Amino acid sequence: MDDQAPKKYGRGLFLVTVAGGLTSLAWGRSFSGALSKVPFSPGGGWRIYTVAPTMPTFDPATWRLQVGGLVDKPVTLDYHELRSLPRTTEIRDFHCVTGWSVPHVHWSGVRLTDLFEHVKPQFSAQAVRFTSAEVPYVDYLTLQQASLHDVLLAYEMDGKPLPREHGAPVRLVMPEMYGYKSVKWVSRVDLVMQADDGYWEQLGYDRDAWVGRSNGL
Amino acid sequence: MTTYVRRFSRTERTFHWVNAAFFLYLLATGLILYLPTLSKDVGRRPLIKDMHFWGGVGWLAALALVALAGDSRGLLRTARQVEVFEHDRFNVGQKINAILTAAFTVLFLVSGLLLWLGERDTRFRFASTVTLHDALLYASLILLVGHLYLAVIHPATRHSLRGMTLGTVNEDWARRHHPDWVAPPKQ
Repeated sequence: MDDQAPKKYGRGLFLVTVAGGLTSLAWGRSFSGALSKVPFSPGGGWRIYTVAPTMPTFDPATWRLQVGGLVDKPVTLDYHELRSLPRTTEIRDFHCVTGWSVPHVHWSGVRLTDLFEHVKPQFSAQAVRFTSAEVPYVDYLTLQQASLHDVLLAYEMDGKPLPREHGAPVRLVMPEMYGYKSVKWVSRVDLVMQADDGYWEQLGYDRDAWVGRSNGL
Repeated sequence: MTTYVRRFSRTERTFHWVNAAFFLYLLATGLILYLPTLSKDVGRRPLIKDMHFWGGVGWLAALALVALAGDSRGLLRTARQVEVFEHDRFNVGQKINAILTAAFTVLFLVSGLLLWLGERDTRFRFASTVTLHDALLYASLILLVGHLYLAVIHPATRHSLRGMTLGTVNEDWARRHHPDWVAPPKQ
């Protein structure tokens, strides 16, 4: 009567699928890199994360970047003045703490160290606060971190002016840290005494968000 | 005269359409969060995130409500029938579709909850939760496209849509497609 036994494969299929999905939380990491290279990956693999109801709009006529705080020569730059500062390009992978990455992003903009030369940080300044026009987003880097050679205020992405959803007209790019450190729509850069919790750090994320060495990843 | 046989109970149909409605709602709000062009044009991410999250909670609650308030025993009987890979009221392909849909629903809810919790508590954060949630989206879309094709377009099978809307299907059709479900005509 064995051939009469009901073929109860359904439960097995259900459990194997659920188990496969749940265990992928452990082994799926190796696939997410591959997934980001899939050609139909929408929007080039980017996700647009925002915390405010509307994205800031950029008007070249009225936009200003204020650089101040504990500096000897605070400056207010308009878009044209920002673009006339020494320009540099970095080609780096962008890593989000939530698990997605975008390979080989071309960023062009101003090195923070070049900006600091203009404003002359005071001796007491040990950190930098980046304030976004997207209220209430804010984040900090230590002066040491901000002085790494590859940290930029980027106004171009992949050869074009920075798109609105990526922080137009200028965003921070801190390639060695997860994306939440790279503040979009930067409107103020202030030298301060010490780093504090930024927007996501108040929700439990690490201040020092080194890629692969922070946030329990 | 055409005679009809009952294929789906009211509880089964309600369960199906409640599931479909929540899936489409979550697909719409999810795509706004996922696709950069939609994210940019719609904006209001915090609101859409809440709508998506509570949609997921509502999905689970609504299915539980239908299962508990409706004909629970009937649903359980159907589930046991779907488990057995034999061609009765459903063929094996239909059963696989139902099982994968159920498994994906569980995984969508778990990974979605982890994404929500992970944003609030680092202990719930895993590097590939978002990969799982995305992969489920693609897998579900493939399943949905196949399901819609067979239920709405393919001439031989699209009569089955009647079963899921009105509850009954043409007896001759049922006999052709599911010979072991409907008894052969009396001599």
